[in-house]
Amino acid sequence: MSESSDAISPIKEAFNRHIEDLDTAPSWWKKSKSEAFDTFESIALPTRRDEPWRFATVKGLELTDVRFAALPSISDAASLVARSNFIENFSGRFVFGDDQTLQADRISPELAEKGVIWAPFREAVSKHGDIVKDYFMKQEAALGSEKFAALHRAFMENGALLYVPRGVEIEDAFVVYNWSINAGSAIFPHTLVITEDLAKVKLVEANLSATEDAAAFSCGVNHIFAGVGSTVDYTLLQNFNEQTLGFQINSNVAGKDSNVKTISVNVGCKRYRSETHGQIKGAGSKVEMLSLAVADHDQEIDQRTLQTHSAPNAVSDLLFKNALVDNARTIFSGLIKVDPGAQQTDAYQTNRNLLLSGTAEANSLPGLEIDANDVKCSHGATTSQIEDEEIFYMLARGITREKAQELIVYGFFEEILERISCETVAENARQIIQDKFKKRLSK
Amino acid sequence: MSNKLEIKNLNVSIGDKQILKDFSLTVPKGEVHAIMGPNGTGKSTLAKAIAGHPDYEVTSGEVIVDGESIMDMEADERSRAGLFLAFQYPMEIPGVTIANFIRAALNARLPEDEELNAPDYYKSLYAKMDMLKIDRKFTARSVNDGFSGGEKKRCEILQMAMLEPKYAVLDETDSGLDIDALKIVAEGVNSMRGPNLGALVITHYQRLLDYIIPDVVHVMYDGRIVKSGPKELALELESRGYEWVKELAGEVAAS
Repeated sequence: MSESSDAISPIKEAFNRHIEDLDTAPSWWKKSKSEAFDTFESIALPTRRDEPWRFATVKGLELTDVRFAALPSISDAASLVARSNFIENFSGRFVFGDDQTLQADRISPELAEKGVIWAPFREAVSKHGDIVKDYFMKQEAALGSEKFAALHRAFMENGALLYVPRGVEIEDAFVVYNWSINAGSAIFPHTLVITEDLAKVKLVEANLSATEDAAAFSCGVNHIFAGVGSTVDYTLLQNFNEQTLGFQINSNVAGKDSNVKTISVNVGCKRYRSETHGQIKGAGSKVEMLSLAVADHDQEIDQRTLQTHSAPNAVSDLLFKNALVDNARTIFSGLIKVDPGAQQTDAYQTNRNLLLSGTAEANSLPGLEIDANDVKCSHGATTSQIEDEEIFYMLARGITREKAQELIVYGFFEEILERISCETVAENARQIIQDKFKKRLSK
Repeated sequence: MSNKLEIKNLNVSIGDKQILKDFSLTVPKGEVHAIMGPNGTGKSTLAKAIAGHPDYEVTSGEVIVDGESIMDMEADERSRAGLFLAFQYPMEIPGVTIANFIRAALNARLPEDEELNAPDYYKSLYAKMDMLKIDRKFTARSVNDGFSGGEKKRCEILQMAMLEPKYAVLDETDSGLDIDALKIVAEGVNSMRGPNLGALVITHYQRLLDYIIPDVVHVMYDGRIVKSGPKELALELESRGYEWVKELAGEVAAS
């Protein structure tokens, strides 16, 4: 029980409780968490004067309303598992609800035989400690959320570890559902993907809310380590309810000749901050970083990206598209960094914003920092409104103005959606976007 | 109910400039009328004004479809009332496939709780694409996105065939077409001719009218019709040139 006379902060108290609850976890794990919590406490809260937080709303990041390490009560696990149906044929599926495992669909004996590891994180910590020690949180947050990455590391207790050994190619995707359930709860979704040489794998992550109105907090991390010549295809659908504050800190390391594709579909959250870092460390690799966001009402979607080329002959291709309605705000801040040795780099960075109202606000801060002399780099940002002539063409076919706008927005996003390799996931993403518009009309 | 498209004393301005001047014309259902005239005479303005483009201000006059004035209707209502405009410059709509676009247009004509039956829809779409010699793969392509001039025009006629309007206005449908594409487009239009369609074919050149034989030809100059006659009028106009039109316009103005 807490004493009101205690000077200890509620979050520190929650952290102590969290560590106590981990009684059987290995001590190195608890120690690493304690260090992370110290780091969290030692880093000041961001202010708008910090360049990585330019244009962002920083009010509310004290997280005073969040109940950390609360024991969740989950009454509707079965229905949430039933709703976790974006993919019919998966290689493995985890369904988490407020970070508790609601369902764990394991890999086939054949894949296990080949050495594939697919484990919920709690289990991974005790059974695959070496891998966790080598790879867990080994990609530094580089885009402003160091404090929240530390918070994640301190409190995260579940998630998915996917390890694919050399030469193993897996066609059916792995899938992780992270449900946010209780009001005030904090979740820390984590997916860690490691591919050895020439392996091939797909992972789909869906971050969702069980209800429309439970205000919650999510602070997720996805890290990808793509080995030599391997292929990783990662898709994230974020459709938390519009009361939720969300962070997503993603990073990938592309090894020599690897192919990494990451796609984010961002629909939910009251405020959402995503950071995406592509670290091109291997020569000849190709990294695609794609994202779409549809923001309405007072939503704020804040996206920071970094493409770091430190090896030659590699390609990185970034495309972030946002559609904004009402008073929504988006921020895109991207940087391409090419190190002196990264000759023959092809790096692209494009941000396109479509404004559907006069009061929406799209901020765009593209940037290049090139220290090699033989490269092809381009960056571009455009913010536009739907052309009247385009609307008139559709009206002239009998399509209503609202529907015409909708179709144009769906069309605008197709450039991203058609690159999602799992067709049913793309279809679910389309449905989520369409439902958002339907909800607007019914209000 | 009167079975015709009536344009009565239509005056249309863009900004301060009056383009259509007391323009009147009637197209009975079942007939194809052609409007010919030099550039800048108001042909495209007529097409856009009938379709309800907001930039074209109708200062007086009206357009009546089967006895009902459409002047108070928005462009989408006019379309659903049975008017179709084949655009001279069809817009590109990235990411919206032809199949989805036409389906949305057809769904807009159904009661709110009804939707098209997908297999029936595709059957009918494919039949019409075959007729217009459009590759079926086009259903999955974005509307007009990266299409050649000929493909765009065939796509317009495909939409017309699917929407089955009562009255169609074809604005310079022949522009940018080679002779083969022109024949295909004309065949498509001809296949829709019949008692249920009235068409107004706007063209600068007589060439199109070799393939879509009009019932009546109207010559337009400076915002109004200066002469109407049988299909031979198109040939006469071709041989005498648009200088002759100016003379005719002089006569009309003097009369």
